[in-house]
Amino acid sequence: MVYLDFPLGHTAGRAHDVQSQKDVVMAALSLLEEARDPGSATTLPQRWSNDDAWKDTVMRPKAKADREGAFDDDRVERFATPQYQKSEDADLVTGDCPTCVWLEE
Amino acid sequence: MRQGPIDYIERTREQYAALGYPPYQWVRNQEPLPLSIPTKPMHEWRVGLIASGGIYVAGQVAFHFRDDISYREISCDTPTDRIRTTHFAYDLTDSRRDPNVVFPMDTLRGLVRDGTVGELSHTAYTFMGGIYSARKVRDVLAPALVTRLLEDEVDVALMVPV
Repeated sequence: MVYLDFPLGHTAGRAHDVQSQKDVVMAALSLLEEARDPGSATTLPQRWSNDDAWKDTVMRPKAKADREGAFDDDRVERFATPQYQKSEDADLVTGDCPTCVWLEE
Repeated sequence: MRQGPIDYIERTREQYAALGYPPYQWVRNQEPLPLSIPTKPMHEWRVGLIASGGIYVAGQVAFHFRDDISYREISCDTPTDRIRTTHFAYDLTDSRRDPNVVFPMDTLRGLVRDGTVGELSHTAYTFMGGIYSARKVRDVLAPALVTRLLEDEVDVALMVPV
C-alpha cells in the first residue's frame, strides 16, 4: 500500500499534474514489484501545500450555533437513488446498462 | 506548521463521539494478507485497475449512496471526458476536473506508451466504497471483482481507494 497524505479525493495525485499522478502510480507499481512482506506500506513524500492548515478541519464537525456542546453532521445524505454528476447523464442510460453489475446480497 | 499524516482512525472516533453516534466498528482481520509476488518484470505486466471513488461512465447508471455494492465495467479505452464521479464522502471538485486523481487511467495509458508496463487490461472495475457492511464487501463484492481480474488474466491490479 502506498499512502499519499492529500485531502480525500486525491488518492492518485494532484489534478492536471501529470508528474504528480505518475509519481503516485509508479510508487504503487514499484512496491508491487519489490514487496516481500504482506501488508507492506509506504508513505509518499509529496506534500499538498506548504501549509498543513487544511488538515485542521478534516472530519471535524462544526459546533451548532444554537446549542452548546452539539455538532452539525455536514456529511452528504445517503441517498438511495443514483446520484448523477450531471442530470443529463440519467437520460444517456440505455436499457438495463449491460456494463453495470448488480450483485445479490 | 508541519503536521504528520492525518490520523483518520482517531478523527473518526472524535467525529462519531461529537455527533453522538456509537463508536465506529472497524474490521479487524486476524489473518495476515496473502502475498503474491509478480512473476514477470514490470515491462511485461498486464495491469488491471479497480477504483472505489464512485466512478462511472456517461451512459451508465450512477451509484447511489446507501451501501451500494454494485460495480461498473469501464473499458480502458474510454475517453476521459466521459468519466464521471459521484460520492458522499469527498470533495468532487478536482475529480470532476480531472478524473485521474481517483481513476488514473491516463496515467496508466502513459506508462503503457512509454513501455514502463506491458499493457492494460481491457476493462477496469469501479464501485462506490463507503459500504458499511463489511460482510457484503468480503463475501459478495470482493470475490466478484477478484473473479473478474483472474478471468482478465492480469499480472497485477492497482486498487485506488478514496
